[in-house]
Amino acid sequence: MRNTPASWGILQRNTLEVFYYFIKEETIQRMKLFIGILLFTAVLFSLAPGKGFPAQTEPSLAATPAAVTDDQVNAIARELYCPVCENVPLDVCPTQACAQWRDLIRQKLIAGWNEGQIKEYFALQYGDRVLAEPPRRGLNWLVYILPPVIFLAGFLILFQTLRRLKNAPQTDSPASPPTETIDPYLSRLEEELRRREKE
Amino acid sequence: MIANFGFGTLIISFVVSLYGIGAAVYGARRNALAWAESARAAMLLTWPLLTLTAASLIYLLVTGHYEVQFVYNVTSNAMPLYLRVTALWGGQAGSLVFWSWLMAAFASAVTLRSWERDREFQPWVIVVSLVTLAFFLGLIIFLENPFVRFWQTANGMQVVSMFQPSGGALLLPPDGRGLNPLLRHPGMIIHPPMLYLGFVSFVIPYAFAIAALVTGRSDDRWIRITRRWTLVAWLFLSLGLVLGSRWAYDVLGWGGYWGWDPVEIAAFMPWLSGTAFLHSVMIQEKRGLFKRWNLILIIITYSLVIFGTFLTRSGVLSSVHAFAQSSIGPLFFGFISVTFLISMALLLHRWNDLRSQGHMTSLLSREALFLVNNLLFMGILVVCMWGVLFPLVSELFTGQKVTVGPPFYERAAGPLFGALVFLMGIAPLSAWGHSTVKTLGRAVWKPSLAALAILIVAIVSGVQNGAALAAIFVIALTACITVYEYGRGVAARMRRSGENPLAALWRLAGRNRRRYGGYIIHLGVTLMAVGIIGIEMFQTETQGALKPGESLQLGRYAVTFRSLAQFDTPDGRSVARAVVGVSRDGQPLGELYPRRDFYYDTQQPMTIPGVRSSIEDDLYVLLVDWQPISSEGATFKVYHNPLVNWLWVGGLVFILGTFVAAWPSREEPVPVRVPAQLVTEP
Repeated sequence: MRNTPASWGILQRNTLEVFYYFIKEETIQRMKLFIGILLFTAVLFSLAPGKGFPAQTEPSLAATPAAVTDDQVNAIARELYCPVCENVPLDVCPTQACAQWRDLIRQKLIAGWNEGQIKEYFALQYGDRVLAEPPRRGLNWLVYILPPVIFLAGFLILFQTLRRLKNAPQTDSPASPPTETIDPYLSRLEEELRRREKE
Repeated sequence: MIANFGFGTLIISFVVSLYGIGAAVYGARRNALAWAESARAAMLLTWPLLTLTAASLIYLLVTGHYEVQFVYNVTSNAMPLYLRVTALWGGQAGSLVFWSWLMAAFASAVTLRSWERDREFQPWVIVVSLVTLAFFLGLIIFLENPFVRFWQTANGMQVVSMFQPSGGALLLPPDGRGLNPLLRHPGMIIHPPMLYLGFVSFVIPYAFAIAALVTGRSDDRWIRITRRWTLVAWLFLSLGLVLGSRWAYDVLGWGGYWGWDPVEIAAFMPWLSGTAFLHSVMIQEKRGLFKRWNLILIIITYSLVIFGTFLTRSGVLSSVHAFAQSSIGPLFFGFISVTFLISMALLLHRWNDLRSQGHMTSLLSREALFLVNNLLFMGILVVCMWGVLFPLVSELFTGQKVTVGPPFYERAAGPLFGALVFLMGIAPLSAWGHSTVKTLGRAVWKPSLAALAILIVAIVSGVQNGAALAAIFVIALTACITVYEYGRGVAARMRRSGENPLAALWRLAGRNRRRYGGYIIHLGVTLMAVGIIGIEMFQTETQGALKPGESLQLGRYAVTFRSLAQFDTPDGRSVARAVVGVSRDGQPLGELYPRRDFYYDTQQPMTIPGVRSSIEDDLYVLLVDWQPISSEGATFKVYHNPLVNWLWVGGLVFILGTFVAAWPSREEPVPVRVPAQLVTEP
């Protein structure tokens, strides 16, 4: 930085300018509304009670033991995560502990539990981390809401930038020449292609 | 003592780096050429010094000096020579040494270029490189010293320290603990170096960007200088990612290649922002727009590079990759924050000098579409970043540990990837500056017909999944457009100069390597997308316990259990190896040998699949379990992975395209034409 004393002032001024550059008055209004709605939704969701343990814990006696195949066990295990070795799906985890958990799934299946009940049971026993995704309640909603919000904000900024650049008066220079003139070969090629198109 | 020697060179290179930083800053501020030159000499000295450090460590590894803790942790007597050498990056301390060594090599290489046109950049490029290097060297020396040894003190205590405690004697364990078996694979020999090369070479464009900001040069000189560096960085990062996926497919035994594991994502994130950067710099070069955005992108990429190294090395996020865990997390976090804030402050300081110099004429112009490309890459980046960070946020605020797994990423990033592939087809057709629906439409209708034909073929052959059909159409469209673009160029050349098609293709690509290399990369991506769609949407699996002679049926394939043998190998494994016969529609296709290796030294099992691979599909057989007496039977898991080989072939095409784009041209030395209207006086 060439002139240090002035630097801080420039920094501050520029920071403000950047802010206004992206955010116009009307946008601020819209964003306030948007954030309001967002907060309201978040509060609503966090107030909503999480799904409790299913009332029905009595096993129904429908399934017969022989009917439970490895594939049925794996279909559930692949959507659960090993409670001890993190980030390893239960169906492929080679440890002894996971083999026992897969056996547990099998027993529950034999006992007539369905997939949802087994997952709930695992989540209750070992915490939400055994689920492949955070359950949709409370703070966890953030994981689902934030990326689309940021993406939309990015889209908005992009759109405004494009519009502003498009409407901007031509500034310092005559219209920048199309690049192709920079590379004489390319312009010849484009010319050739255009001629071909017309034929 | 070799260990002391290695540590000594490490200390000297750290001191030299600190000196270089000081000399460069002083030289630049006082305009003292001698100091700047001295800083350059310091920069050049780091690489030979670190070469000595790395060589000492490799010597210790190869000769089995188990009194050195690092050597004890990652090698054992049973390991062959090549694994002992590559064990250098098998543990945290060694891989930091390796990282620094690569960093010094790249930074030294860049100081050797000719600097006549941009002498004012040089000291600042050196400062940025050396600050990065000094940070890593400091970490190694103070926290992760690979040269610490085991000592026995006079009163019989065992201590780990760099220097001899008073009255202490060296402890020499007879054997080491051995490398994590997951890392004893040829893929692991080249995958980490490629990734690290990609990481460190992204520091170079960042260093030039900072130099441009500090010196107040607002033209696109820094971009033109680093264009090839960026491509090389990107090439290595891409290679690292592809090799990593291949390694996962071959070794991890889950039937897939990408598990959205935090560490995979950590390596993927700089690639995302780097790819966005590669595209958006073209807008600045061609049209003088979005200078600020390019600087933001390279700053983000640098932060993500450090973040990636941090995630793989700190163990802050537990994952299958968390081989090396330690307490260096907060320091990494601090370094990332400080460099990021300083970079952004510099950018804000120069904000007004970096106005766009053109204006946008059409929302369908190439530059507008490139911006949409950037938005999509950034969108995927946000999804990845948030997915990686959220478990920490959750643990911090609620104490509840959660997993953010593949379903989240696939749902959130899948459509963005689809849109990217679509854009990849359309954008090359639009022209810089001006494009209309009409000009785009005229260029696109023929390839669209071809893509439609492919879609109809897919429907007729029984694909019913809507998402898959949409993906197939988009991929087909993009592939057709890209091939069509090539065809147009070749035809134009043939008409003009009467060359035969092959010569025309060769010369066409040769004359504008960047453009046609880019198209080859795009083709590679579409091929990879075919493979990804195949395995992600059409993978099937089954599992069953078989007695000898029994078979497991999966689609048209049958897997028959023949026999199983258990034996010990000289390199310290207990191997259970099954022989299974494979047939399709009753036609025998040969045998596969899925096995489970148990490593005695580390007490860890490895599941090695038996794979029958063809361009159409892979049959991937895992040995899950077996009875002690093999005649009683074994459990197998069988995956059918359609089209997965397209992923690897596409990866090769992709890398080839990057080579074409990055290869130095002989015919025309890199043009350094700054259009007159883009030059501003600093």
